[in-house]
Amino acid sequence: MRLIARQVEQRLPSTPTSEPRREPQGRDVGNVELKGLHAYYGSNHAVRGVSLGFDSGGATAIIGPSGCGKSTMVRCINRMHEEVAGARAEGEVLLDGLDLYNPAIDVVAVRRTVGMVFQRPNPFPTMSVIGNVTAGLRLTGAGKGEIEDRGREALVGAGLWDEVKDRLEAPGTGLSGGQQQRLCIARALAVEPEVLLMDEPCSALDPVATLRIEELIGELKERVTIVIVTHNMQQAARVADTTVFMLDGQLVEIGPTDKLFTNPDDERTEQYVTGKFG
Amino acid sequence: MRRRNRLNRTVELSSTVAAMLAVAVLLIVVGSVLLKGMGALSLHFLTTPTALFGESGGGISNAIVGSAIIVGIAAAMAIPVGLLVAVYTTEFAPPRIAQPVRFVLDVLNGVPTIITGVFVYGLMVAGNQQSAFAASVALAIVMLPIVARTAQEVLALVPPTLKEAAHALGIARWRGTLRVTIPTAAGGLITGALLGVARVAGETAPILLLSSIYGQGVHTDPTQALASIPFFVFQSSESPSPAAHTQAWAAALVLIAFILALNIVARAFYARSRRRMEG
Repeated sequence: MRLIARQVEQRLPSTPTSEPRREPQGRDVGNVELKGLHAYYGSNHAVRGVSLGFDSGGATAIIGPSGCGKSTMVRCINRMHEEVAGARAEGEVLLDGLDLYNPAIDVVAVRRTVGMVFQRPNPFPTMSVIGNVTAGLRLTGAGKGEIEDRGREALVGAGLWDEVKDRLEAPGTGLSGGQQQRLCIARALAVEPEVLLMDEPCSALDPVATLRIEELIGELKERVTIVIVTHNMQQAARVADTTVFMLDGQLVEIGPTDKLFTNPDDERTEQYVTGKFG
Repeated sequence: MRRRNRLNRTVELSSTVAAMLAVAVLLIVVGSVLLKGMGALSLHFLTTPTALFGESGGGISNAIVGSAIIVGIAAAMAIPVGLLVAVYTTEFAPPRIAQPVRFVLDVLNGVPTIITGVFVYGLMVAGNQQSAFAASVALAIVMLPIVARTAQEVLALVPPTLKEAAHALGIARWRGTLRVTIPTAAGGLITGALLGVARVAGETAPILLLSSIYGQGVHTDPTQALASIPFFVFQSSESPSPAAHTQAWAAALVLIAFILALNIVARAFYARSRRRMEG
């Protein structure tokens, strides 16, 4: 956030950023707010006017049937959506009050502040374990001494340190699937994002590896705002404080996870969580 | 039922025969060159320049040096440009530009090399004199589409999830290309470069026009015409002397061994690259 705020100040010296810059005390950074977000792939209207907030210090799960726009919505938060040819987004995505779609903002800075973990583990095949973790730092020009330490911290943070400390120089792709995914989480954490987006991070993993990642999410949410897209309702119930239910590109319901699963306000939510469709 | 089986067997048999025919052609070519060239091949042959007209003996050291210089300069021009063209079309260009570029490369690949030779002759040699550099330019033009097209294929094989991961880390596009995409595809890119070199090492038509009138002995100045292995083969096989014919076969053997070796190395790099991208 500081990174982005600094950029905006540099580029638009006359624009008051209205908000005082918040320092990370008591972690009141990493609040994401969507306002009237629409996303398109060509003429396909995938996200239709979603407004909601993701609060810092918690994990929010996004559930909904395939094709309901949950991944697309999440990819709008770090502006990965626009990487797809013909894709565009409208509306506002605010990170601690700052619009990430402001033309003065560098998309690269957005992605350093909002990290992402994908469906399938995707470590860089030419890099070692430690090389993967520090890739974001090395390739964005961090200082040399800082890199090693932060790489190590990130591995500890992702609960992978004990398993890989003796083979930091081995290829990242030599790890098991679950370890690779935690390596990718470490890689995302190393650049110290304020928000971590997880797009079905366990869909390619076995149950044990899945459990390990879910535990990790529980630890990480103290440090970063977590937004996790999942197909698995049990997983949402296990990891998320807040759950969002989406249908046909629209927000149906957002609420505390236990309420949404046991006593939802909307009939469609109830039908979905009880398995009547989806 | 029986008809289907018969048909099945016919197709299987004819395709097997065709495959064996292709292998046989290579074996016969390599085999006959080996048989007829082996006799004249010796260390002396490889390290001595071509004999003066009328003298016996002599070798191809001047042609080896000349070929190395001509092909080396061609590779130095074609490989970087070819790789950049491939990176541009696969990583940066919108499809409406990338596709025509691909088509142009295919057409360029199909241009007969004698035409490339005549073009470079008109550009650099007419009213001037022959030079190894002119031959290099022609060979670079022949090589460019091979390098670029192979590199395009290989870069397109790099899993999009890796590029996505780089973007999502806030790595600038050019840096992701340089540090993630290209290293991942490195084996395949080397393959393309080697295949390009192998392809032009034996190219003769442009050499006839651009670098065929040269002095005796070993020379290294690319502003002058230089000897080359393909031209030596051509010239010696035109000669009435049986000894010259044997020398032509021996030179052909050297050339074919070099090309074969390059192809084998290229395959190894390609296999390594594939493993990396699938693993």
